[in-house]
Amino acid sequence: MPAAVTVSERAIPVASARRVAARVAPRWRGLALLAGLLALLPLALPNNYFFEIAILVALNAMVCVGLNLLIGYAGQISLGHAAFYALGGYGSALAAARWGWPVWASMPLAVLAVGALAWLVGRPTLRLKGHYLAMATLGLGVIVSIVLANEDQLTGGPDGMTVPPLRLFGRALQGEPVWYAIVAVALWLSVWLALNLIDSPVGRALRALHGSEVAAETAGIDSARWKLRVFVISALFAASAGALTAHFAGFITPAKASFLHSVELVIMVVFGGMASIWGAVIGAALLTVLPQFLTVFKDYETMVFGAVLIATMVFFPRGIVPTLARWIARP
Amino acid sequence: MGGSWLQYVAGGLTVGAIYALVALGFSIVYNASHAINFAQGEFVMIGGMGAVSLVGLGLPLWAAVPLAIFGAVIVGVLVQRLALEPAQPGGKADVVTLIIITIGVALFLRGLAQVLWDKRIHALPAFSGAEPIALGSATVLPQSLWVLAGSAFAVLALGWFFNRTLYGKAMRATAMNPLAARLMGISTRGVMRASFALAAALGALGGVLSAPITFTSHEIGVMLGLKGFAAAMLGGLGSFGGAVAGGLLLGLIEGLGAGFLSSAYKDAIAFVVILAVLFFMPGGLAGARRSDRV
Repeated sequence: MPAAVTVSERAIPVASARRVAARVAPRWRGLALLAGLLALLPLALPNNYFFEIAILVALNAMVCVGLNLLIGYAGQISLGHAAFYALGGYGSALAAARWGWPVWASMPLAVLAVGALAWLVGRPTLRLKGHYLAMATLGLGVIVSIVLANEDQLTGGPDGMTVPPLRLFGRALQGEPVWYAIVAVALWLSVWLALNLIDSPVGRALRALHGSEVAAETAGIDSARWKLRVFVISALFAASAGALTAHFAGFITPAKASFLHSVELVIMVVFGGMASIWGAVIGAALLTVLPQFLTVFKDYETMVFGAVLIATMVFFPRGIVPTLARWIARP
Repeated sequence: MGGSWLQYVAGGLTVGAIYALVALGFSIVYNASHAINFAQGEFVMIGGMGAVSLVGLGLPLWAAVPLAIFGAVIVGVLVQRLALEPAQPGGKADVVTLIIITIGVALFLRGLAQVLWDKRIHALPAFSGAEPIALGSATVLPQSLWVLAGSAFAVLALGWFFNRTLYGKAMRATAMNPLAARLMGISTRGVMRASFALAAALGALGGVLSAPITFTSHEIGVMLGLKGFAAAMLGGLGSFGGAVAGGLLLGLIEGLGAGFLSSAYKDAIAFVVILAVLFFMPGGLAGARRSDRV
């Protein structure tokens, strides 16, 4: 009798574990791969310069994962995400440098404040159909960058301001390897959050909206509310990345809020693949690393960026990653 | 005080006329394809920089100006033909896709201008002397009168084109209902190209007219494009009268705001206005509420 019990006890967990693995795997496989990649990457980075590029890639990828939720899933375009990014950085820097907050508290404070601002801007505009969010975010971005450049007593003006370092347990966190660890964890958490969000009722509601807004609304989905939530979430992602960037670099300038930077972020999302979290990560990685090697062609950078954008939309309208995934899936 | 008041109004109207031309370009393209053409400001740049370099080659002004506008028209048609048409195989594409392409086009044109010309600021000689004209207590540059007259002429010509010519009516029909227009034998593809040509011509005209006063460089298109978009939104996107009114109003507010409030925040004023309008009267000042067909 006891023998039979042990057999069945062994048999059942194995079968259910396999079933569970088959069901959960796609998401966790990707997340495990990302974790492995992030953990092993430092072994391949020869010096601090490469560490810095890796950190920049991870921070841009964080913004793009959030922005992709908005562009790819909610079908809304934001031309002012650089403003949220810069405000996350400036907000935390100001709270820490001017008002003496500890950085571990000033960062979440700045991020939450940016979230509130995004809510204020998004609430009236996302109720309207069309390009109103594009116009509102664009306007907000221009205003923010002008204010940051002009209020020089507070922000240091166009030259920027120095940002105090992040201190934990009485020690300042400095040096590229330490920051690599921080942003790697932050990026992994962002991807995990985004994937969870897409697999949740929110994600299904968004996909329904993208398919047909009218059909989704008749099924009881409040489209304005869902779009607003995603917009605020994407602003929170951008602000977090901005705050991390500011404390890592120890310096921040109004250029971070510029229209061109907003456009760069959109390009990364579109190039990597709309409605693909992995696409956002890969798009950010490719377009952050490429310019480092194109410095020889500095004068042509704008032109090449424009051409890449047009070619992507014409030849791979879904972006690099989804297009490649389809090619691989096709025998 | 009274004198400066008039001075700011005159300056604001001059800038506003340029915004109106850019805004008209936005509305024309929007009506044809429902896309926001973020390359609209680059046509202003091409007009101004083109005219400057043609004058530099020794051409007289009366030849350089139309040639520069013509050049911008060619670029406009090429943009539609090479960048936008291939992206919409069935004549239909996602609007977000179209917007992103026009942003790409804007970057490409700006980068090309930077390589082709240079990064410096250029001025075009004034059309008829630089002696300021006294106008009551204010003074006005003769070029400002050229800007106002040129813009007024363009608006009147456009009104005649859209209301009195067969092709203009075809373009309006396409704006109202592309499918029905195609059934009536109108080539919607031709209409799209024509709208880009018209938008480019209007932008370039603005660029040429303003180049003697506000100067021109490879990157003037960014701010002018964004403000033109704001002006078009202010008047109600797609409405021609709204675009003109929105442009003039924006210019006026900006001129007065820069004069009486803060010149450092001059560029922000337009966007504060547009955010306020979006929040409180989202249909634009013209306010026509349209409902979407399912």
